[in-house]
Amino acid sequence: MEKRYFQKEIETMSVEEIKKLQSEKLVKQVKHVYENVEYYRSLMDEKGVKPEDIKGIEDLHKLPFLSKADLRDAYPYGLLAKPLDECVRIQSTSGTTGRRVIAFYTQKDIDLWEDCCARAIVAAGGTNKDVCQVAYGYGLFTGGPGLNGGSHRVGCLTLPMSSGNTERQIQFMMDLSATIICCTPSYAAYIGETLKEQGYTPDQIPLKAGIFGAEAWTEEMRQNIQETLGIKAYDIYGLTETSGPGVAFECEEQTGMHINEDHFLAEIIDPDTGEVLPEGTKGELVFTALDKEAFPLLRYRTRDICVLTRKPCSCGRTHIKMSKPMGRSDDMMIIRGVNVFPSQIETVLLQEGYQPNYQIIVDRKNNTDTFDVNVEMNPDQFTDTVGALTALEKSLAGAMKTMLGINPAVHLVPPKSIARSEGKAVRVIDKRKLV
Amino acid sequence: MSLKQLTIFVENKQGTLVDITDALAKNDINIRALSIADTQDFGILRLIVTDYDKAEKTLTEEGYLVKCTEVVGVKIGDAPGKLSSALDVLDKEGINMEYLYAFMSRTEKHAYVVLRVADNAHAEKALEDAGFHLISDADINKL
Ligand SMILES: [Zn+2]
Repeated sequence: MEKRYFQKEIETMSVEEIKKLQSEKLVKQVKHVYENVEYYRSLMDEKGVKPEDIKGIEDLHKLPFLSKADLRDAYPYGLLAKPLDECVRIQSTSGTTGRRVIAFYTQKDIDLWEDCCARAIVAAGGTNKDVCQVAYGYGLFTGGPGLNGGSHRVGCLTLPMSSGNTERQIQFMMDLSATIICCTPSYAAYIGETLKEQGYTPDQIPLKAGIFGAEAWTEEMRQNIQETLGIKAYDIYGLTETSGPGVAFECEEQTGMHINEDHFLAEIIDPDTGEVLPEGTKGELVFTALDKEAFPLLRYRTRDICVLTRKPCSCGRTHIKMSKPMGRSDDMMIIRGVNVFPSQIETVLLQEGYQPNYQIIVDRKNNTDTFDVNVEMNPDQFTDTVGALTALEKSLAGAMKTMLGINPAVHLVPPKSIARSEGKAVRVIDKRKLV
Repeated sequence: MSLKQLTIFVENKQGTLVDITDALAKNDINIRALSIADTQDFGILRLIVTDYDKAEKTLTEEGYLVKCTEVVGVKIGDAPGKLSSALDVLDKEGINMEYLYAFMSRTEKHAYVVLRVADNAHAEKALEDAGFHLISDADINKL
């Protein structure tokens, strides 16, 4: 099969060329930021770094980091690097705590972002013959606008559905034979379940590929979605702070996401010391935006824990690959002194034959953390006796204890009773008031 | 000789029971007998209804998790001691019982017992041999 790329020259350029390109862009970008962003200039001055100290990517480690806290401090205009009259758009995070993060875009920023999304769609097999259903939320959330723009660039017939209204999603999918769907993995799983309930088998569903991101999902969940929808499910990665989805995307190999290295320079650091770690080591992912004009973050700490690898990929793309984030320090909970990631709960549920529909509730009573997990009852295992159902709860709690090292209280709840995010899943409710 | 019990998984939440009985009433389905077993987390509602298939369809469409359980229905006379003699029969045969609940007929002055046992066929034979009259789905409408 002929290999297809959206921007072949860039996507398959040699590693030496990529590094050379990154070095040239970095030097210019540091100068642009130093001259236009007072906030970052002070950080550089504090560290005693001048723009002329940065001669290439080998000097990247000299630059100060930015974190979400900096974005909050600098809200709303503190990190803006272009006059507002050159900006054409904002997007914002769906953050539930603290101040929202607002990112600004010039037209060029949007063009490059949409190119990145187009690369992802082509890597998932998209062409101008495809019908691309965008079921990410539209609006401040970057998911809908990003994939919408990418889909236009590829020339797909774009269905700007936004999230929610599952009946209408299914009607358009069937009536217009949508071949690609872009949404959160939890919403894809939900659409799949609904189609199954309505009696559709995978071969009756016109979709061939799905591009899923914006939340954590496991390999088991991928298998699950692929089977119910009869598609190949591709991962996509991005953050509002760096543009949106499309910073990295999966190819047909499905072994990690190629980072669009011509636009984003990636590093892995030790989250505690900030020290740069060698390729192949697990650590916190840090991005430097090389082309962004309006909101060019340098060395932005994503909080995502992952591994980078430059092993040659069978798809022909040369850009470095990042693993699926293994956890996000924002998601990580410390319960009774133990690190718990929601993805671990999800893995147990899938292993035990449940849908990954759950909610974790953490609270503190009498100075001890309480740890409750609500799990939607698996219809196949429902029986008429209390004993059998409480045994299911105990066995799930046991499997979670094995995985996590601490014992949760598992509560079975009716199917579809846990508020289903049609945008982003609320998997964790932490009621602890930490003083 | 089978009696179908409608088993429903319910949230341990106020109002759920009302929602279910309302949905059945709107569809002209009568509840002949009802039993609830619950824990702090969830409840299991067990119903004997006049039109099993319609009830199952109605509640499934309402989004409830519903399952059919085959149970044994036994006619018990109005006289004292009849229930314990029925239970004695099962006990002597070594048939394990999960739960039971009783109801009265509107038309006759009879009590009926719904038994959930490990082995329906065994229980049915033992009870019939001991002279008990069993009821089936078809009988439910007439009671
Ligand atoms: Zn590849």
